[in-house]
Amino acid sequence: MEILIYGIINSVTLALISLGFTLVYSISRLPNFAHGALYITTGYIIWLFLNKFEGFPYPFAIFIGIAITCIIGALIYRFILIRIRGMEISEIIATYAIGLAILEGLRWGGLRGMTFTLPVFYPGTVEIFGVSIDYQRIIIVIVGICTFILLYLFTHFNKIGLALRGIAQDERAAMMLGIDSDTTAIISLAIGSGLAGFAAILLLPLGNIIVEAGYNVLIFAIAVCVIGGLGSWAGTVLASFIIGFAQILTEAFLSTHYQMVVALLAIIITLLVKPSGIFGKQKELEERV
Amino acid sequence: MEMMRKERIDRGIKVRTEGIYAISAMKEILYLLGPRLLLIVGVLLLPFFLELAPYWKRVINIMFVYSLLALAFDFLANYVGLVCLGGAFFVGVGGYLSAIFNSYFHIPIYISIPLATILGAIFCTLTILPCLPLRGVYFAIVTLMYPLLATRVIEALNILGGTNGITGIASFPHEYVEQYAVIFVMLICLFGMRRFVNEDIGLVIRGVKDNDQAVRASGISITYMKTLAVFIASLMCCFGGAYIAHLYMWAGLSLFALDFSIIPIASVVIGGGGTLVGAVIGSFILVPLSEFLRFFGTFRIVIYCALLTTFIILKSEGIMVYLQRKYHQFERWVKV
Repeated sequence: MEILIYGIINSVTLALISLGFTLVYSISRLPNFAHGALYITTGYIIWLFLNKFEGFPYPFAIFIGIAITCIIGALIYRFILIRIRGMEISEIIATYAIGLAILEGLRWGGLRGMTFTLPVFYPGTVEIFGVSIDYQRIIIVIVGICTFILLYLFTHFNKIGLALRGIAQDERAAMMLGIDSDTTAIISLAIGSGLAGFAAILLLPLGNIIVEAGYNVLIFAIAVCVIGGLGSWAGTVLASFIIGFAQILTEAFLSTHYQMVVALLAIIITLLVKPSGIFGKQKELEERV
Repeated sequence: MEMMRKERIDRGIKVRTEGIYAISAMKEILYLLGPRLLLIVGVLLLPFFLELAPYWKRVINIMFVYSLLALAFDFLANYVGLVCLGGAFFVGVGGYLSAIFNSYFHIPIYISIPLATILGAIFCTLTILPCLPLRGVYFAIVTLMYPLLATRVIEALNILGGTNGITGIASFPHEYVEQYAVIFVMLICLFGMRRFVNEDIGLVIRGVKDNDQAVRASGISITYMKTLAVFIASLMCCFGGAYIAHLYMWAGLSLFALDFSIIPIASVVIGGGGTLVGAVIGSFILVPLSEFLRFFGTFRIVIYCALLTTFIILKSEGIMVYLQRKYHQFERWVKV
């Protein structure tokens, strides 16, 4: 029972982490390697607001944190990525460099140790089927599912969302219909970064804000996306459940150190068995293999 | 108003030296050999100059190792199309293997380094083999995980000295052996790779980057070509790792550190991707710079990344391509 419940929580966590990455990649074909860095940045900004200004309201701090992360994402595209769009190697290196600069800059700025924590939304624990869970984790699951539904609605019943999907499906046809490729890319990067920040807000109260978490987030986000087939929502969810449960099982029967080994093994096995990912389409197969 | 534009024209001497006339006059020979000799002689004389500043001798050893790594990255990224963000994995494997041979089995240094280089390259190629069908972003992502994974595994199993690393590795017999070993290997690799990418097999490998379906249609196995390329690149990196292990007389988890992945990438971008020499020049600039920045601690990485991003955006051709252009061509204003 414990494995089941914590498996679900872990899976939703992974799905939340990888949502932003998969969104940006599916819409504008940009691998946002700064994803982990944006995740940590949001946490740090909120921590700053809460601790440097006495009595700053928590919800307002969260709002500002996400807004700033969105703006950072948009700026990264507007001033850096726009110039190297389409050059795959440069895109990877540039986004990775930006992410590293942010993470190592924060580390240098003193972001280490146990001092940086965010308060949980609602303290306390509850027993479900004999397993005690704190409320924060339940909130993660509920909010995570809500986010998925909202995003689905946004991309299917909203003009901007439809434009994003249009660009994702066929860039040229979409441009002929008057959808600007750069604008949608800016929007997608802003939303993707915002989602990274959103995941940070939900997940960071469970632990410390540390730089290493940034790298882990990036790696797990990527692992989930590769296994699920990039750009596929259903694939992302399914893959995060596979990895999520695999991780909880390894944690229960082996040790925490093997979590990343599990992720890499999952990637390798997926690539050997079905190179386009679980829900990947033929188009992606061409691209990857 | 009269419109003007800048026109670039090859220098006459460049055109002459492309053909058989290259050996017709001293001037032409010098034009061809000049830059190459400048690099070779300069590099060979460097240890003598640095007798004045002994501390910097250590730095240039590391500098040459980094230039090897940068060479490997440049080859993989710009000739094969495999962006490897985890160069540290190769370094770590080479270093640890050499440490095991030397420290546990007491194999002398002049056998342990070559052995670690070759076995390490085989090991790296085998571990990366399942991921080779991947392209572009996907390969970058997976290779990024390798060094982290290796660190976790060593920590978890507590093998190979765990977090303390392996100590008691033999050092080089003499200071000059230490320096010229890496200098010669670097020069051989540099000029060897330049030759290699223009040989038949090198052309096929470049074809894999440009259009792998065409290569496959020609009846050549892409996977074999990629395997070969990774093997060659990991040879260079594993030598670097083995050398560092002997230089510091210690092999530990820091061999898998981020520096070994990011500095070569930065050097390639700054020096000019796809030129091979550019990678070496880039690391000649970056590594001494990083010595000056030692004071800043991890802030160094921020500076590299900032430099890297600036170069990618503003000067994406890199220093070497720029210099080559100035050397081979002149510019003039012409009427449109």
